[in-house]
Amino acid sequence: MAKKHTLIDINSSKADPAVAIAARYGNKPDALLEILHDLQQELGYVPEKSLPAIANALNISRAEAYGVATFYHDFHLDPIGKHVIKICQAEACQSAGGMQVIAALEKGLKVKLGQTTSDGLVTLEAVYCLGLCPMGPAALIDGKPKAAIKPNTVDALIKELVS
Amino acid sequence: MIKIFIPRDMLAIALGADEVAEAIVLEAAVQKISVQIIRNSSRGMAWLEPLVEVETPKGRVGYGGVKMKDVKGLFAAKFYEGGKHELGQGLVEEIPFLKNQERLTFARAGITDPVSLTDYIAHGGFEGLKKALTLSGSDIVKEVQESGLRGRGGAGFPTGLKWKTVNEVKADQKYVCCNADEGDSGTFADRMIMEGDPFLLIEGMIIAALAGGATKGYIYCRSEYPYAISTLKEAIAIATNAKWLGQNIQGTEHCFTLEVRRGAGAYICGEETAMLESLEGKRGMVRAKPPIPALVGLFGKPTIINNVLSFCAVPFILARGAKAYADYGMGRSRGTMPFQLGGNLERGGIVEKAFGITLRELVEDFGGGPYMGKPLRAVQLGGPLGAYVGANQLDLKMDYETLSANGAMLGHGGIVVFDTTVDMAQQARFAMEFCAIESCGKCTPCRIGSTRGVEVIDKIVAGENRDANLLLLEDLCQTMTDGSLCAMGGLTPMPVMSAVKHFPEDFDKPTRLAAE
Ligand SMILES: Cc1cc2nc3c(=O)[nH]c(=O)nc-3n(C[C@H](O)[C@H](O)[C@H](O)COP(=O)(O)O)c2cc1C
Ligand code: SF4
Ligand code: FES
Repeated sequence: MAKKHTLIDINSSKADPAVAIAARYGNKPDALLEILHDLQQELGYVPEKSLPAIANALNISRAEAYGVATFYHDFHLDPIGKHVIKICQAEACQSAGGMQVIAALEKGLKVKLGQTTSDGLVTLEAVYCLGLCPMGPAALIDGKPKAAIKPNTVDALIKELVS
Repeated sequence: MIKIFIPRDMLAIALGADEVAEAIVLEAAVQKISVQIIRNSSRGMAWLEPLVEVETPKGRVGYGGVKMKDVKGLFAAKFYEGGKHELGQGLVEEIPFLKNQERLTFARAGITDPVSLTDYIAHGGFEGLKKALTLSGSDIVKEVQESGLRGRGGAGFPTGLKWKTVNEVKADQKYVCCNADEGDSGTFADRMIMEGDPFLLIEGMIIAALAGGATKGYIYCRSEYPYAISTLKEAIAIATNAKWLGQNIQGTEHCFTLEVRRGAGAYICGEETAMLESLEGKRGMVRAKPPIPALVGLFGKPTIINNVLSFCAVPFILARGAKAYADYGMGRSRGTMPFQLGGNLERGGIVEKAFGITLRELVEDFGGGPYMGKPLRAVQLGGPLGAYVGANQLDLKMDYETLSANGAMLGHGGIVVFDTTVDMAQQARFAMEFCAIESCGKCTPCRIGSTRGVEVIDKIVAGENRDANLLLLEDLCQTMTDGSLCAMGGLTPMPVMSAVKHFPEDFDKPTRLAAE
């Protein structure tokens, strides 16, 4: 009961952050991807409850806003880990032992690609090429690039991230 | 004051360039040596990153693969005077990998500070635009047509012809859009230009705007390139301040504004019409053509769409003349191509050469072959929709016609090398899987066929009715080729069937195992 009450309080006292972000882009419908990116940067994900507010601000249908938020791999409609490892799964990294690195990450984090550790700390995601192809396997770790990753350095890498 | 160059390129940073730069500043302070650190662009010699360069009276001396722990030793060796050290590479411009190239697009790579307008202009920047500002739109078009430049994004369509169409159509508003989605795995030339020479792209796009009569432009850059995005935004602000962008460019009546838009991790948004949808804030669904974007493009208006490298070839063409560019290359492939060497190679990076160089020269002479001592077995050309070729095909000449005559394609110039540990059935399976993940969903053969493809390959690998399933795979590929609206579904069969054709033994595991 109490929990529900607070939720309503938050909603009524504060406008959805998406509204301010959309206004920054002049509420232009073509800026929808930028708006979703900024929202995700601010909140860590794109809450479904923000989509009607965005649709309203941009004067597009809710279905359109929802369609875009779900079409693109970048956007998460649910909260994800505090840290995000985006590991490259594309061909050049494969040729340099990328699959072994992915296996080591999955083992070290005890998750599969696309999942978040049970403590909510780390999300492991696949990406397809980061443009670091001559020195793979490559990853973006909390937005910071890392190249020439070896299976036997993965544990140290995870440790550094969560410590 | 000693000038020290440390690249700000994303790959250099991924290998520790920021930490090395910091350590050098600290150590210089301790030793009371006065240094100026310049975060330059990358030379494109990936295996040497971070490549630290020091200006000496003889030229720039390089130290390759520098780690934080090497910094003290470098100071002890007086690297700041070009001293001897085990990481020493000598004079950077004498390194054969670099010396043997023909760099037109990458002429400034590694030399300049990417966001210094002074550097850019001191090294030939805006010469092409200055010329273009004295010409009519149709004269610019003519120059580009005569250069023989073809689109570097994959399809190889003549750039000048596209610009001509936009130039000739009447409209109240026209656009120039740069396709910087660079989704092809194994490619990174666009990224390196955007991070390392952003004014070059801006210059190329302004020239396109003059040619077509456009006043507004967008750069659609993939979100996987955060450094490119921030560098571009910075460069656009600087160029606008200096009146190279905005109202009345350099005091003329021409106006052009430029904006960067982020993609959101969808490979299909590299297809030009899906990119337009995405730029309009919609899902990246491919549009049927016709109408072509040159006539009905962004927001329904005539639009010039080109790849980063296509725009970046243009300033040279305008500055030095169409002929100077067309003198490079062979047949109908004119000019130079920044080939991108990646994967399992001793020396990866950018090799810009005239068309017609052989694949062997690229992967053996420049690349040095696979890095773990195992022989080369396969090379994928032109990204995830490109063909796999075998070690016996290395004498192929790298130009549009030769490759297509041999069932392959140049694409965006990516070259990914595999050694003998590769399992080609798994690579074929991956191509189908990738198509299933990235399909926009409009056509059944692409959306469903790719998933079926994964299943069929699994059966072949398991030895289940192998011959019948191979026929089925071939049939499925034919359906995808014939029944897909765009090259996503249409070309996925290329890596799949080239793997089957050139590496049949990998699709016959059970028999092979039984024989052993
Ligand atoms: C699935 C698919 C992905 C593509 N990805 C890109 C890309 O990332 N970058 C690019 O410039 N062109 C890409 N293209 C090609 C574009 O559709 C288009 O041909 C190109 O942007 C035109 O510019 P150009 O003539 O300068 O090459 C892709 C095409 C397809 C079918
Ligand atoms: S081939 Fe695939 S990606 Fe291309 S339009 Fe059809 S479904 Fe979409
Ligand atoms: S293939 Fe992994 S970074 Fe390009």
